[in-house]
Amino acid sequence: MTDKILVDARGLSCPQPVLETKAALESARGNTVEVLVDTVTSRENVLRLASRMNWKGTWEETQEGTFRITLEK
Amino acid sequence: MDDPELWGQIAAANALSDVFAMGGKPFVALNIVGFPVHCEPLELLEAVLKGGQSKVIEAGAVLAGGHSVEDEEPKYGLAVFGEAEKAKIWRVSGARPGDVLILTKPLGTGLCTTAIKAGMADLLDTKPVFDSMARLNDLPRHLDRELHQSIHACTDVTGFGLAGHLLDMLSGYRVDCRLDPEALPAFKGVLDVADLGLIPAGAYRNRELYSSRIDNLEKAPLSLQDLLFDPQTSGGLLLAVDPEAAQAFLELCQSGCAPESRAIGRFLDGTGRIRF
Repeated sequence: MTDKILVDARGLSCPQPVLETKAALESARGNTVEVLVDTVTSRENVLRLASRMNWKGTWEETQEGTFRITLEK
Repeated sequence: MDDPELWGQIAAANALSDVFAMGGKPFVALNIVGFPVHCEPLELLEAVLKGGQSKVIEAGAVLAGGHSVEDEEPKYGLAVFGEAEKAKIWRVSGARPGDVLILTKPLGTGLCTTAIKAGMADLLDTKPVFDSMARLNDLPRHLDRELHQSIHACTDVTGFGLAGHLLDMLSGYRVDCRLDPEALPAFKGVLDVADLGLIPAGAYRNRELYSSRIDNLEKAPLSLQDLLFDPQTSGGLLLAVDPEAAQAFLELCQSGCAPESRAIGRFLDGTGRIRF
């Protein structure tokens, strides 16, 4: 399975991006989860959550100050 | 925070704390209120003010009126006037090498409110957190002259977190403070909240502002680091206490007026850094 689940949490303030990511990880069944956020706080909090749930996380900053976080089991 | 009376109590405890943190006693308080009179019932405001008044009375001060304006959302605070003998004022800097660092309330109110906002309050026990925020920092009212003078410096822990306010105490750049990570008091459950990524934005701002003045920060677990930077609402007093008096002082605190007080570090010769 290579399906990707996208969580677009841009424009949401914490803790909402974390809650949406948590729901996605819980239903991901091993698929890759991609999360878009637009603050450093949200990026770090999503990575903390992922690490706690034993997911590996990487991120890149796309041009307009958006962070794309890729989470894999 | 759904309980308006408790909200008033916490706001008042927070406002009164500034006078206590200077070793003084508050005399007069004035309410400062913003309130959306057309959207919220006046009973709500009454409950907030009742909560605030109860804390002003408990602090031994008089509520002498105040000012209110119409506002988009409810806001409440107090202007507080107090008195301290000039020679006995506790200042924020003035800690000496050897002094014991004592904190009078546990840490983690910012993490707690973030968990509540996330609908995950069941991760922790919120009652002790609310009780702590509403508790007065009225230590100066309970100290005899000798113990009062054994305090070499004091501040209260609020929005800049333990790290920011402790660095303020070190701003004379003549002493460092070695924190004992295992002694840092945290409300039950807040470290788990941090590990789940429920960390307030203010904690990240504090980390960015202060981490360059903290040695060995990276050796501590992340959740403990978060505790150091967590912004506090109505946090405890942070005191530099003469080592000769520290034990007696701590026992007095723990026996009544500040039951959750802990020794969390030591001052030593240095250049204004926190050592972790």
